Amino acid sequence: MTKCTVQFKIYRYDPDKDEAPYMQDISVELEASDKKLLDALIRLRAKDDSMSFRRSCREGVCGSDAMNINGKNGLACLTDVDSIEQPITLRPLPGLPVIRDLIVDMTQFFKQYHSIKPYLVNNDTPPERERLQSPEDREELNGLYECILCACCSTSCPSFWWNPDKFVGPAGLLAAYRFLADTRDQDTNARLDNLEDPYRLFRCHSIMNCVDVCPKGLNPTRAIGKIKDMMVRRAV
Amino acid sequence: MNVAKRTFDAVIVGAGGAGLRAALQLSESGLKTAVLTKVFPTRSHTVAAQGGVAASLGNSTEDNWHWHMYDTVKGSDWLGDQDAIEFMCKKANEVVVELEHYGMPFDRTDNGKIYQRPFGGHSMNYGQAPVMRSCAAADRTGHAMLHALYQRNVRANTQFFVEWMALDLIRDADGDVLGVTAMEMETGEVSIFHAKATIFATGGAGRIYYSSTNAFINTGDGVGMAARAGIPLEDMEFWQFHPTGVAGAGVLITEGVRGEGGILRNSSGERFMERYAPNLKDLASRDVVSRAMTTEINEGRGAGPDKDHVLLDITHLSPDTIMKRLPGIREIAIQFAGVDPIKAPIPVVPTCHYQMGGIPTNYKGQVVVPKDGNSNSPVAGFYAAGECACASVHGANRLGTNSLLDLLVFGKSAGETVVEDFKSGQLKLKPLPADAADVSLARLARLDGQANGESVFDVGLEMRRTMQKHAGVFRFDNLLKEGVQKIGEVAERAKRTQIADKSKVWNVARMEALELDNLIEVARATMVSAEARKESRGAHVRDDAPDTAENPNGRDDENWLKHTLWYSEGNRLDYKAVNLKPLSDDVEPIALATRTY
Ligand SMILES: Cc1cc2nc3c(=O)[nH]c(=O)nc-3n(C[C@H](O)[C@H](O)[C@H](O)COP(=O)(O)OP(=O)(O)OC[C@H]3O[C@@H](n4cnc5c(N)ncnc54)[C@H](O)[C@@H]3O)c2cc1C
Ligand code: SF4
Ligand code: SF4
Ligand code: FES
Repeated sequence: MTKCTVQFKIYRYDPDKDEAPYMQDISVELEASDKKLLDALIRLRAKDDSMSFRRSCREGVCGSDAMNINGKNGLACLTDVDSIEQPITLRPLPGLPVIRDLIVDMTQFFKQYHSIKPYLVNNDTPPERERLQSPEDREELNGLYECILCACCSTSCPSFWWNPDKFVGPAGLLAAYRFLADTRDQDTNARLDNLEDPYRLFRCHSIMNCVDVCPKGLNPTRAIGKIKDMMVRRAV
Repeated sequence: MNVAKRTFDAVIVGAGGAGLRAALQLSESGLKTAVLTKVFPTRSHTVAAQGGVAASLGNSTEDNWHWHMYDTVKGSDWLGDQDAIEFMCKKANEVVVELEHYGMPFDRTDNGKIYQRPFGGHSMNYGQAPVMRSCAAADRTGHAMLHALYQRNVRANTQFFVEWMALDLIRDADGDVLGVTAMEMETGEVSIFHAKATIFATGGAGRIYYSSTNAFINTGDGVGMAARAGIPLEDMEFWQFHPTGVAGAGVLITEGVRGEGGILRNSSGERFMERYAPNLKDLASRDVVSRAMTTEINEGRGAGPDKDHVLLDITHLSPDTIMKRLPGIREIAIQFAGVDPIKAPIPVVPTCHYQMGGIPTNYKGQVVVPKDGNSNSPVAGFYAAGECACASVHGANRLGTNSLLDLLVFGKSAGETVVEDFKSGQLKLKPLPADAADVSLARLARLDGQANGESVFDVGLEMRRTMQKHAGVFRFDNLLKEGVQKIGEVAERAKRTQIADKSKVWNVARMEALELDNLIEVARATMVSAEARKESRGAHVRDDAPDTAENPNGRDDENWLKHTLWYSEGNRLDYKAVNLKPLSDDVEPIALATRTY
């Protein structure tokens, strides 16, 4: 089996010992089975156990290992090592405070997610069995419910960088539309009221960075457009 | 070191399906509850579940809980406790419908009901034909379920401690449980969570094996903590090897693929399951399929240049069905096997997947241990649910989709029991022993001060290789004996792990070293329990316990129809009876029989 060496340039910062962040040049020899960037990073950790990043599922469903890879946000576990140029430059997700190395503080991101009331609201007494929903109505949720909250999108969005406290951001807005689009949800008006504000929704200028990076192939821009349509329709 | 104390009515460790379901029960009842989790709740490994959750809703084919109960008992190879199994199968419709009410986006039938698909080992009319019992949201059921449960907890204002790692269980001189110690990842600070009730929902430990469908965080922390605190572990020799992990990568391909019509083929293209399970074929129980595949490979009929895997074929399904029902699987196959399953079959091998054993509990979610002649005496203040617990509903082999069900039923029931015990005044906040945090602090100090020690990476690798080789799909007496010895050696090395990184901030190295301590407990329990069980049953199959007329399939009910209990101290083994009696008079006991599919 062939082995190969990969060159990295990695953002390092440990507030416990470093005065300031720095970029570290480091290389690692990969085994034949190390196909994904995450495999390579784990190989690297065997050499330097201070190299810190989050990871869990290694199959693109948990949303832990989002990072900035050669300038573009993505998941390490879904990135083929040999598909990217070397030295592989890794930085933490842009725009969020760095805790250590590639680990960012996601408080602001989740705050925005929580701000859209991310749960079904239906005040009718639940029936004994499931609520009925036609396959066509259910289909409306495809492309929305699959979000893994990795934050690749929001941290590539200029509007979110400038106003993380005021603009909900693509991930949060995608979730907002997931509930607006659900025929079982009864909170449409309150949900739209909650977004009727110069910042929360309308800071999106359809730059599409979010669509470009989403590792699950979701389209927050389209969801945002649909919310804007609902606002307009409600106004007339 | 100064250790902060926090006090709650209840502390739940784990925010996967089981922890979140329990949390909901407590939050909605107004108990002051803390939920600790190593990762943000929606990153728990429940998110990876694909195929579905079992319930006899009967939306597409006739079904009832009696049939589900029969299948589960038979699937367990009669090692499951029939009271807990009856409880689970009866409650299934209720807890699944609740999820729908919470907003879970299930797929739908044409008349708007929850979509159900066939799954391995689930049958109609006591084994006659496959039944559609697995309630599914495409092939992302776990994701849809975990997010819906998290969202419902947001609504209920549940208090989470995210990226806090529980370290050790706190018990007092009476053996009662008073909470846990835990470390905040961001600061490295250790705190005591003092509570009237402690619920463990820490998930499985599939990372003891080299090849596993489990996430990196599935390190059996709850099981390890319980074992170190003197709680025995039940039936740890039973590990499920899922038939279809992507060869090389370990990533799971759900059984739902076979439920939708997928077929397993050997190197000559033969549908070999017809020979091993004439009735259910590719949808036979997992242990049966995994062994059939291993036999095909061992006898030289494996596919690929090294003849080391078999092929999962769905090329005969319409691209439409694949895109609609199995979109996530297609992504996985392209990403991790490099094939588009619309055009070519997926290379698969049996891969470690699920831990049937765990912390012994009853159907109420109470942790039970032998005491004063009662083999199921509840430990005051201690509850467990989900994959870390052993109720025991899965016995020697779990049916697919029964785990997600287990999380819901027993997460809820553990929560309900805590609320009841709380309201009846039975749960008290007992005073903390003065040394409550000493064990954890000593572990941390040892790790920080270790010189000339062992690398966590190397010791972990040695453990995984040893488990894979000595306690795999087929088990051999000499390999198991050697395995006990080897795992003992690995455990000794694990006592001297050393880390270079000493930072207080988000120290992954420290976390991995602490996780290894838990994995080691699980690995020892597995090897020692497996070596001792001299029969074949469910997922535990020994070559020296073959299929004979006297003991069909090698199962020896006369000597081994009993649960194993392993104690960490001294590797001591004990046994307790299987409960063959259902909970109510609604159903007759399912009588012992030979297991064929
Ligand atoms: C790939 C895959 C697919 C599957 N598909 C299906 C399926 O289709 N149907 C089915 O029924 N079953 C399926 N299973 C099995 C099922 O998904 C799991 O058994 C189940 O999700 C486990 O849930 P849990 O709540 O017990 O634990 P998990 O979801 O693993 O959650 C464990 C929680 O405990 C926390 N935790 C652990 N240790 C600590 C600690 N020390 N301190 C603080 N927190 C801690 C974690 O952060 C996490 O929140 C599948 C399993 C896998 C691996
Ligand atoms: S389309 Fe909107 S949300 Fe997406 S990156 Fe652009 S501004 Fe941000
Ligand atoms: S929309 Fe896509 S990029 Fe954004 S958080 Fe969800 S999965 Fe990640
Ligand atoms: S590790 Fe879970 S998404 Fe990459």
